[in-house]
Amino acid sequence: MRYLPLTEADRQEMLAAIGAPSVDALFGDVPAAARLDQPIAGLPNHQGELQVERALSRLAARNVPAGSCPSFLGAGAYRHHVPASVDQLLTRGEFLTSYTPYQPEVTQGTLQYLFEFQTQVALITGMDVANASMYDGATACAEAVLMANRVTRRNRAVLSGGLHPHYRDVTATTTGVLGVDLVTLPADPKGIEDLAAAIDDKTSCVVVQNPTLFGHVADLTPLAEACHAKGALLVVVVTEVVSLGMMPSPGSMGADIVVAEGQSIGNGLNFGGPYLGLFATRDKFVRQMPGRLCGETVDADGKRGFVLTLSTREQHIRREKATSNICTNSGLCALAFTMHLSLLGEVGFTGLARLNHAKAVQLADKLAAAGVSVLNQGFFNEFTVQVKGDAAALVDRLAAEPILAGVPVSRLHPGQADLADLLLVAVTETTTEDDMDALVQALGGKQ
Amino acid sequence: MNTQGRKTTPDVESAAATDVGTYTGNRALVHEEPLIFELDNPGVTGVDLEAAPAVASRLGGLKAREGIGLPGLSEPTVVRHYTRLSQKNLGIDSTMYPLGSCTMKHNPRLNEKLARLPGFGDIHPMQPQSTVQGALELIDQLAHWLKTLTGMPAVAMSPAAGAHGELCGLMAIRAALQARGETGRTRVLVPESAHGTNPATAAFCGFTVDAIPAEANGRVSVEAVKAKLGPDVACIMLTNPNTCGLFEPQVKEIADAVHAAGGYFYCDGANYNAIVGRVRPADLGVDAMHINLHKTFSTPHGGGGPGSGPVVLSDALAPYAPLPYVVHGADGFRLVEHEGEVEQGAQPFGRMKAFHGQMGMFVRALAYIMSHGADGLRQASSDAVLNANYLKARLQDLMSVPFDGYCMHEALFDDRFLKDTGVTTLDFAKAMIDEGFHPMTMYFPLVVHGAFLIEPTETESKATLDQFVGAMRHLAGKAKAGDAAHFLAAPRYTPRRRLDETAAARKPVLRWAPPAV
Repeated sequence: MRYLPLTEADRQEMLAAIGAPSVDALFGDVPAAARLDQPIAGLPNHQGELQVERALSRLAARNVPAGSCPSFLGAGAYRHHVPASVDQLLTRGEFLTSYTPYQPEVTQGTLQYLFEFQTQVALITGMDVANASMYDGATACAEAVLMANRVTRRNRAVLSGGLHPHYRDVTATTTGVLGVDLVTLPADPKGIEDLAAAIDDKTSCVVVQNPTLFGHVADLTPLAEACHAKGALLVVVVTEVVSLGMMPSPGSMGADIVVAEGQSIGNGLNFGGPYLGLFATRDKFVRQMPGRLCGETVDADGKRGFVLTLSTREQHIRREKATSNICTNSGLCALAFTMHLSLLGEVGFTGLARLNHAKAVQLADKLAAAGVSVLNQGFFNEFTVQVKGDAAALVDRLAAEPILAGVPVSRLHPGQADLADLLLVAVTETTTEDDMDALVQALGGKQ
Repeated sequence: MNTQGRKTTPDVESAAATDVGTYTGNRALVHEEPLIFELDNPGVTGVDLEAAPAVASRLGGLKAREGIGLPGLSEPTVVRHYTRLSQKNLGIDSTMYPLGSCTMKHNPRLNEKLARLPGFGDIHPMQPQSTVQGALELIDQLAHWLKTLTGMPAVAMSPAAGAHGELCGLMAIRAALQARGETGRTRVLVPESAHGTNPATAAFCGFTVDAIPAEANGRVSVEAVKAKLGPDVACIMLTNPNTCGLFEPQVKEIADAVHAAGGYFYCDGANYNAIVGRVRPADLGVDAMHINLHKTFSTPHGGGGPGSGPVVLSDALAPYAPLPYVVHGADGFRLVEHEGEVEQGAQPFGRMKAFHGQMGMFVRALAYIMSHGADGLRQASSDAVLNANYLKARLQDLMSVPFDGYCMHEALFDDRFLKDTGVTTLDFAKAMIDEGFHPMTMYFPLVVHGAFLIEPTETESKATLDQFVGAMRHLAGKAKAGDAAHFLAAPRYTPRRRLDETAAARKPVLRWAPPAV
């Protein structure tokens, strides 16, 4: 039992100091009927590092890593190259094994990177202020609707049909118990919905994803104006944060709250978690924000330092009157994000976005040339193609090769016959020309 | 825990400013490190990208963005920056970190290694399920351990953290009440000693919160609960072992009373680490309990997350578990992602998270659990409780104890022993920093004045505990001897001395901005 330092002699000595006859005696408050005298039956006993590694490696080997074959999977999770230094620095024990920075004198490292992270998120979203992270993009989206309701004192949110269905569902689950009225527009594969028409004087916010689930990109300025004319807020969702290196910032288009999935920068796919919710807004709304905030201050010597601040919004102070119940967030994922973005810098971040876009254009052109129908006029690094027959069946078939051909829309919008032949195809800097040719061959040649 | 709203600067003039007298302001191993924005060298980058294919942009008429304002840094600058920042942090790797309720135990590195295997770290949540059978099996194996250890029939794996798990449990309760047609049950009972997340979650889930007072012995009594029960009560949220570090001796009676009144028992499992392998929550009448994998099962806290908060559920609540979840069928493991795919009787209340849960944390937790095994997990909780009782026994003559008797995994003290010394709990905590320890949780639970909540965990050796006892006794003696100045000036040896939290909140500066020219 390599993680347990006490010896049997230690235990006896300690029991003597306590004056207890046995460790069992320390559990005397447990009702007798609920006390267990033995380790729980039917479970294996302790194992060495080698044995555990062997067992879990076997399970890992039964999965097909996205990096081991041509992969075009996106829809809210993207495979990007993370520089080696990110993970090396991330595992420094002073970062990895520290707690939430409640004692600022011994956590200036965490606090300073959170302050830098908040600034980076504000810059790329074009907003005034960002928090220290949420669980993921979907929970951030739900929190944005609740925040918009607090700000506007209204109770009706309009969700775009281009919003990722999982974001829609998390928002519906979270806000449904509070009686929020959600107006959910139907799936919008062609990017033609009229969101402005759905706004009325009871609308607290419009939630729009850009690029949409189907990859469409839009200038949101007219929508922002339509929202503001009716006293509603515009909530912009970004599921591929690399797009912010090329697309106009949501802030510049009039967004009031921006939420994003930050996984693309610094964080691996990890089968869907842990991920990183980004949350940014205007200065005037900061006291209605959920989540932790790091702020600048000075120490007793007048030197600059950082602390958690505006905590009177939070559960540990306000209890049932808090803006959210969130406590633990995605600190280490935020660290990975901020380190990767620091490495990229202005040149790297804008260059990475342009590289992603150019490769996506290249693949779209190759597919079109092979006779595959691409639905999008404009897109960033993901677009929708129409295949012959059922897209999910096609994807399953190609997985055997293996080619991870993309996400069939039916996996996210099940039971809609008109969407069954649609496939979401994502391209990143990790996609090679050989990968592209394999997909073109599979979609264009074999159908 | 928090110090917000509390004065953090000492009342008397502290010792003179620590002018180190070096040219750089550095102190040997401790560097003054600027913000990344102040290190900006425009045009420099730490990432080399291949040339983009020459194609015309197709951004739907949008103009490509310029001038974001991100700083340019090379890889060596970045590596040094974060290395220096790390040196301004304490972690469990550095020292004993006895934050009560937070369970700062050793984080085995095997777990980090395994979570990074491409077969776990590089799989996409939307891959065809035939290509992720090992991942689904891992989730199923971890679920099996959690169910067997707790004795509960079901577990919802997707919640992202403890508070998220609380929300999951309360939503399941809400759904079950709705299915029973009892929508009038809108009140949730929460003891005064509860974590702040409990009342916050209840409110976040649309319930009203009714506080149950703590008894003089730090426990919740069945009488106090009964006095609050009624036809409008949805559930009780009870932490067990509780936030005072005590096992609730009447927990079963409380559960029975709540059930008899038609309510459910939500157990806050933040302190489950004290009883793993010694008590099964199912035997206490629990209907739902979250398990903080980042506490009990040692996934790293990471400076504030990510966590993971699976929720074990009783038969009464199991049908309402959220999507998605893993089932084992004839042809392998399958992820149930939509309402149209659920088995007979299941009525999932919705979805908690974009994807399937905190897979990276699942791998680490399962590696930890398998390393310990059934025997080791029981030994770990036994040692955690032994360590806490040892600290209590060695300190109770000098420090004041609010509740007599054995404790569980946390030793709780109050600030009576500091009466008339001019030293507060906060001052004492800052002096512990100078002694090389991370402070305990302070001012929580709220039911104890000036609380010191000390959780050593099972991974501290007796030698470390003895050194900690020595330091605490030294400090308690110093306070009682009238040396308040020692505490008011602390910490002295940290990269920053006490930080002005009041000023930070009064005029918030939440991001860097270029200096005004």
